[in-house]
Amino acid sequence: MAQSHTAEHAHHELGFWRKYVFSTDHKIIGIQYLITAMAMAVVGGTLSMLMRYQLGWPSMISPTLGKIMPDAFAGGVMKPEFYISLVTMHGTIMVFFLFTAVLTGGFGNFLIPLQIGARDMAFPFLNALSYWVFLLSCIVIFSALFVTTGAPLGGWTSYAPLSAVPAAGPGQGTGVTLWVVAIALFSASGLMGGLNYITTILTMRTRGLSMMRLPLTQWSLLITAVLGLLAFPVLLAAAILLSFDRMGGTSFFVPAGIIMNQMPIDHSGGHPLLWQHLFWFFGHPEVYIVVLPAMGMASDILSTFCRKPIFSYRMMVYSMVSIAVLSFIVWGHHMFVSGMNPFLGSVFTLTTLLIAVPSAVKTFNWLGTLWGARIRFTAAGLFAIGFVSMFVSGGLSGIYLGTSAADIQLQDTYFVVAHFHLVMAVAPLFASFAGLYFWFPKMFGRFMNEGLGKLHFWLSFIGAYCVFFPMHIIGIGGQMRRIYDPTQYVFLQTQQPVNIFITISAFVLGAAQLIFILNFFVSIFAGKRCLEKNPWHANGLEWETPNPAGHGNFGEELPVVHRWPFDYSVPGEKQDFLPQTVPATVSAKH
Amino acid sequence: MPTIVEERRITPPPPLAPGDSGGDGNFGDSGSSFPLTKGQIGIWILLTAIIMLFAGLSSAYIVLRGVPSWQNIELPSLLWPNTAVLLLSSLAIEFSRRAIRRGDVQSMKRWLTIGGVLGLGFLAGQLLAWRQLVQAGVYLPSTQQSSFFYILTGLHALHLLGGIVGLGIVFVMALKDRLRASQYEPLALCASYWHVMDGIWIYLFLMLLLS
Repeated sequence: MAQSHTAEHAHHELGFWRKYVFSTDHKIIGIQYLITAMAMAVVGGTLSMLMRYQLGWPSMISPTLGKIMPDAFAGGVMKPEFYISLVTMHGTIMVFFLFTAVLTGGFGNFLIPLQIGARDMAFPFLNALSYWVFLLSCIVIFSALFVTTGAPLGGWTSYAPLSAVPAAGPGQGTGVTLWVVAIALFSASGLMGGLNYITTILTMRTRGLSMMRLPLTQWSLLITAVLGLLAFPVLLAAAILLSFDRMGGTSFFVPAGIIMNQMPIDHSGGHPLLWQHLFWFFGHPEVYIVVLPAMGMASDILSTFCRKPIFSYRMMVYSMVSIAVLSFIVWGHHMFVSGMNPFLGSVFTLTTLLIAVPSAVKTFNWLGTLWGARIRFTAAGLFAIGFVSMFVSGGLSGIYLGTSAADIQLQDTYFVVAHFHLVMAVAPLFASFAGLYFWFPKMFGRFMNEGLGKLHFWLSFIGAYCVFFPMHIIGIGGQMRRIYDPTQYVFLQTQQPVNIFITISAFVLGAAQLIFILNFFVSIFAGKRCLEKNPWHANGLEWETPNPAGHGNFGEELPVVHRWPFDYSVPGEKQDFLPQTVPATVSAKH
Repeated sequence: MPTIVEERRITPPPPLAPGDSGGDGNFGDSGSSFPLTKGQIGIWILLTAIIMLFAGLSSAYIVLRGVPSWQNIELPSLLWPNTAVLLLSSLAIEFSRRAIRRGDVQSMKRWLTIGGVLGLGFLAGQLLAWRQLVQAGVYLPSTQQSSFFYILTGLHALHLLGGIVGLGIVFVMALKDRLRASQYEPLALCASYWHVMDGIWIYLFLMLLLS
């Protein structure tokens, strides 16, 4: 039976719609996730450009924008509530619909069966369903931009009571309702995906591929799936209670006697901080849901282009597990200014700073991998190195923010904006770019243009630092996050040239991404053909298949694994890489 | 500059865990060195997510119980017999699982039917409990405990309804003679799901009761 199934997988031909649209093939689903998330990134990125435009030149009248968006730019000047809706939608789209979707949905689906030597996911139909529910959630959140009353205003964190009272603001009616529906759909889609990832990695590894021979990408995806499984249901619980506060007249998050928009709100005795606790119990693991797969992919790609084994594989795995465990007991550091008991604050400080230990272990391991290596500076390799740089830069400021005494000063300033953008936006973005340049031949059988890739890297690397580094300075200078017009405050006016510099840098950074998008889509059809099976001379099982891999991934027989995926530059070997399928004559020496 | 050979000595491959020789890339079950099947992992992942959902809701319950405006309601008396019915349904489904393990298909079908009917009986009982509350003038927004009561029992009932659909599918499989002593995983998975839903109800009931 196994053989007939294998043959069916290998030779079964499908029509266009079943093959590329309503597919249950994990590779197609992965690519669908990637391209959908890229479209969402264009939306989220455009919103951030509008925000930067406003912050750079707050009172400038633009008749053109006034004509294009008359509701948002009344008289050519952006309305404050529109700015806040930009903040909300940019954050929501980027955190959920770009990063979570690209790293787990996109790379997770594409890579898991290929790297573990399986034909597909454990539950292919559920996998396809996960994508379609994700797409629906994208449509719902996108539509929130176009409701007549405006998009939601509560930030990506949707803090109550602002989010719990539909009368609280123009976008808090239908806008927030759509936000809640989209997040609920996204959680359901994530559960279906996570169920597949965990089951597939645990049960469908090919012969010889023990857990300690898995590529770090696979470890990171497994740990991420467990995090999602434990964190997303809590967000869903909070969203259910929020919906009942909004539509069922309950009072979970709305306190008694509150007055909004000069109107008394008829609720009794809720607890607004409860939302924050529930949200951040999800929210902090969410940071690692985004960062861990980036760490795993960057580790594997770094090792490949350093032509060296990853430094201390086991510590890489253990540190990811400890980061995941710790991520559930640090959420209070988002709430230091909420009137928290100082003793509790110091407990959260301690647990937060503990995360610095496994993070530092990982950083030193990356540096240990790079140390003394003959690095091949491909676009993928550069972006993997860029990931390490961004993670370190963003991570260091986290030590200040995780300390309650310093955080109380820095809370809700641009210092925070700089920190989380570097560590959980730019760093994962760089790892995703590394992954795309690296696995593009596996996806489409062609290369992306290396010259454009390197140009994209340098513009993005310099651009990202020019955008986010000065934000630390204006943040310490007192500029509040989510502020609509910093020049309204005299003490912030002196910093305005920095804001203009950041805005110009952001436009350059945004334009650099157009180079990537052009390179990506043109290369699908006209990129240099990848004639070699293993173009990067990498060791992973995914390079045992043709480019692009066909339905069922591997031929009649599944590969058998004899070694870990990091056998680069093994002394005494003719070539500087030994794929995992090469029999273990060399590893017997160890 | 250190040579590659020297560096290699400090980053050797990790030792392999004993007994872990990988899995089965074709199907994931037979030949896998992992001790659980795909179905078992899948159902426990689902159950973990459901448990986390109720854990999130009950932590909110515990926090709000401490606010000054908290008011307890009088819980409907029907909850006691309902709980007994749900426990009996769990017992029936367990008998059904044990029957198929012995190869006794007739007994399996009988107990499965009894379990399913008792499950539906519990759902009907919960609906009547809601009616009892409404007749007493206690609605969703009346007090915070009443809000929680309606939401927690409603969500639990929805999950149980999912379980009944699962039992229905297993029953159809049994009618088509696709369950036997050597191959009864769908029923075992449904039984695990049902028992956990039973456990969640006991937990919720105790939490509501002990306010």
